Amino acid sequence: MSFITGQVTTSTGAVPQISTIWSNRDVLDTIKVRWSVGRMNYKVEPGIYAVGTPDENSNVFVTANFKLSFDHLRRALEGMNAWVLVLDTKGINVWCAAGKGTFSTKELIRQIDRVGLKNIVNHHKIIVPQLGAVGVSAHEVRQITGFSVIYGPVRADDIPAFIRAGMKATKEMRAVKFSFWDRLKLIPVELANGAYYLILIPALFIILSGLYPKGYSIDLAFHDGLRSVFILIVTYLTGCAVTPALLPWIPFRRFSLKGLLTGWLAALLLMYFHVLGQQTLEIISWFLMMGSLSSFLAMTFTGTSTFTSLSGVQKEMKTAVPVQIGMAGLGVIGWILAKFIVL
Amino acid sequence: MNGLVYLRNVVTLKLDQQKCNGCLMCTIVCPHDVFAIENKKAVIQNKDFCMECGACEKNCPENAITVRSGVGCAAGIINGLIRGTEPTCDCGSEGSTCC
Ligand code: SF4
Ligand code: SF4
Repeated sequence: MSFITGQVTTSTGAVPQISTIWSNRDVLDTIKVRWSVGRMNYKVEPGIYAVGTPDENSNVFVTANFKLSFDHLRRALEGMNAWVLVLDTKGINVWCAAGKGTFSTKELIRQIDRVGLKNIVNHHKIIVPQLGAVGVSAHEVRQITGFSVIYGPVRADDIPAFIRAGMKATKEMRAVKFSFWDRLKLIPVELANGAYYLILIPALFIILSGLYPKGYSIDLAFHDGLRSVFILIVTYLTGCAVTPALLPWIPFRRFSLKGLLTGWLAALLLMYFHVLGQQTLEIISWFLMMGSLSSFLAMTFTGTSTFTSLSGVQKEMKTAVPVQIGMAGLGVIGWILAKFIVL
Repeated sequence: MNGLVYLRNVVTLKLDQQKCNGCLMCTIVCPHDVFAIENKKAVIQNKDFCMECGACEKNCPENAITVRSGVGCAAGIINGLIRGTEPTCDCGSEGSTCC
């Protein structure tokens, strides 16, 4: 492992010492994770690690064994002497793992026990990232292990300031933000998630595009097909990239309505440039399909956003999904009909 | 807050003030500033900001808080429907968030 630089000896044995500086490889890993390239493979061996030359009075920071979580933590500990306790979260980040129950009270207790934390430090404090609170119950950990959980800041980068303030996080550090930049960083994942459909659906449209009243034309399949694919890509980008990026500035609270609005705006734009075809029926069909697709894609962003509740999303989906399916169905039927009848 | 608030009046968060001992834990763990302390008791000040993550319920030593926690994620709900389970996210490992 490239981040291990040496060893520190403790009463329980040797502990690997880790670097606080990112290598080129670490930077590359981060980019690959953003673009979902082999994203399941970025695991760190669970257990205890040393930053600098920690002793029995040094702070203990807990994190997940997702490499990005681990990397952000060790980078934030630059210049400190500290212990890092990595839980086995199956390579998933703190928040997801806490929600899924792998970053949990049980796993924390298990690792404290396994590495013999009581013999490594002589204090009773462990610093857990605040988002881990979804899976960890501080009072239960204290009852069973004697260690008090102190919830650190949401973002690892705030750790130095948190330590300087005597382990107090400001309101700022406690809040999960979802800035323009945060949203932009998530767009690659959104785009990559749908990549599979990005091949399947356009292929279908190209094949169907060849239909015309007298039979089938490869030529038509090519021309009309490419036009359809272009429209689909525009819709895809509208739902998956433009809508998330502009989220707070698009009216409506429901993500599906936000997506419907942006989808229709995109459709208007394309109509203006005559991309949606000449026939009224085809244009109407495109409006139905584009609105539905963009709305659905925008709705899936609820999973990546940081402020949507389960009850809220369920309520939204109850009305949105039937409407989306209906619109898409009508759109496809209309689009095919438009090839045979002139309206 | 941040201009990002989801639907109104749908959240299942409940607080039993009778049980509260004013330990502050809920104000610490909540990522959306939902709780405040008034007269040594917790109060829900921003209910609509709640994302039902469940951190407050899990960390309240007096069991004064209940919330139906889960993933507020459309894909997760669809996943759950397909598999006939609770909504679950199939997220591999995104930087700071879920799904
Ligand atoms: S965590 Fe529970 S006991 Fe503590 S302040 Fe909040 S509601 Fe009250
Ligand atoms: S469920 Fe999560 S967001 Fe809602 S009040 Fe509790 S800690 Fe805050």
